Amino acid sequence: MEDMSQYPLELSGPDVPMVRFMNVTKSYGALTVLDNLNLDVSEGEMVTVIGPSGSGKTTVLRMLMTLETINGGVIYVDGQPLTHMAKNGVLVPADAKYLRRARSSIGMCFQHFNLFPHMTALQNCMEGPVQVLGLPKAEARDRSEELLSMVGMIDKKDQHPSRLSGGQQQRVAIARALAMRPKVMLFDEVTSALDPEVIGEVTGVIRKLVAEHNLTMLMVTHQMGFARDISDRVCFFYQGKIEEQGPPEGLFGNPQRERTQQFLSAVKAAD
Amino acid sequence: MSYWEFLAQNAPRYLDGTLVTIAQFFLSAMLAILLALTAGLMKLSRNVAVRWTAGVYIEIFRGTSLLIQLYWIFFVLPLFGLTLDKFYAGFVAVGLNLGAYGAELVRGGIQSVPKGQWEAAYAISMSPAKRMYRIILPQALLNMLPPWGNLMIELLKATALVSLISVTDLMFEAKQINGSTFLSAQAFGTALIIYYILARLIVTPFMRWLERIMARKLGRA
Ligand SMILES: Nc1ncnc2c1ncn2[C@@H]1O[C@H](COP(=O)(O)OP(=O)(O)O)[C@@H](O)[C@H]1O
Ligand SMILES: [Mg+2]
Repeated sequence: MEDMSQYPLELSGPDVPMVRFMNVTKSYGALTVLDNLNLDVSEGEMVTVIGPSGSGKTTVLRMLMTLETINGGVIYVDGQPLTHMAKNGVLVPADAKYLRRARSSIGMCFQHFNLFPHMTALQNCMEGPVQVLGLPKAEARDRSEELLSMVGMIDKKDQHPSRLSGGQQQRVAIARALAMRPKVMLFDEVTSALDPEVIGEVTGVIRKLVAEHNLTMLMVTHQMGFARDISDRVCFFYQGKIEEQGPPEGLFGNPQRERTQQFLSAVKAAD
Repeated sequence: MSYWEFLAQNAPRYLDGTLVTIAQFFLSAMLAILLALTAGLMKLSRNVAVRWTAGVYIEIFRGTSLLIQLYWIFFVLPLFGLTLDKFYAGFVAVGLNLGAYGAELVRGGIQSVPKGQWEAAYAISMSPAKRMYRIILPQALLNMLPPWGNLMIELLKATALVSLISVTDLMFEAKQINGSTFLSAQAFGTALIIYYILARLIVTPFMRWLERIMARKLGRA
């Protein structure tokens, strides 16, 4: 058993990060997917995660969304434990009720959009605000329409997902996540399932978010050019660990580690 | 006596029987849907005892014959102090039996909803109950409707067995008419046609209509 007394009940001090992974370990049976991961993301920071397939990138985001249980360590969001809760002065694994409240500060967009097919674009966006946050319908509608305008989907607000292209669905999915007013947004390969000609629609929305909002974002992508343009920091994952991280100019322009160099040249060769 | 004379003479009895059959059908369908939903959801519970309870119900009622279940409920339960009027015993037995089949449809329908839907609902912090009835069940329902259409036809046919505990349904009346007129072909032929009309001209079109409505709600029409 891990000694939980080494983890503070909450983070305090002048520069508390928006997200902190502290010694986070995740394994499936004998397979260790995240190995003692330590990662901080500051408020308003855009951090991109790159790395070979199977290196644990998706798992990092899913742990933060609490879609996966944690096997070791603690994740903090905005200074408060996310995966754990305080009980008699120590951290214990969070129960379902605590998790539900804690994860409401996190929004996630998936590779395959996962819009609710029985609801229109607008209803998709209103569902969380009305059913989870308890907002009055009119207020939820205003908020959702504003966000659908922001992602350029207001004209299609009454369409069901089956009538929308992949790029359009992903933009609605971004609006749906934002309608919950998360502090942290997660993007897991949100352009990987899209036709090349519509990728720009979605990256354009993410660029806009970076430029105009002070959201903290964690993004997994295979689009190196995009990552280079918009990230404050890039983390290169290799076998469940951060092999190298730093500002995009440095990591892409002058990678220090051999594995990073190999990965980047392999990606370049494939392009 | 021509068939039309036969029909004119016995029409009131066929009508009475048909109304009882419709009532039996309707009540047992309601019960079957309720039980199917409950047991189907229980089958997916994380709690072993809950899953097991549903499993026992499904096994018992799928694994034995409806006729024996009907006799048990009507003739045996009174020995344990639970007496049901024959009308109640009839639709309760049919509902319990078909509900067990429906439970498997509900379970399968829910499991056929992609994992991404559960995760998207989870990611907006929905409670498990809301996630189930607002996100998962509506989609599961659409997947389930075609097999439920078949089940409803099976249910209608199964209600004929209640005549064996003297519920005065369509089958019961047909047997009575046969007994008094000795015109077996006419007596049972008429019942056959009425069952067919109920199944193909009422139940099936209704289920198709429901499928269309649901498909439209899901934007798939
Ligand atoms: N539910 C699971 N069960 C078993 N292994 C899993 C599961 N999810 C992910 N993995 C394994 O964890 C590793 C990391 O997966 P993932 O985080 O999806 O990688 P990436 O997103 O970098 O491609 C892979 O080896 C993958 O096979
Ligand atoms: Mg991945």
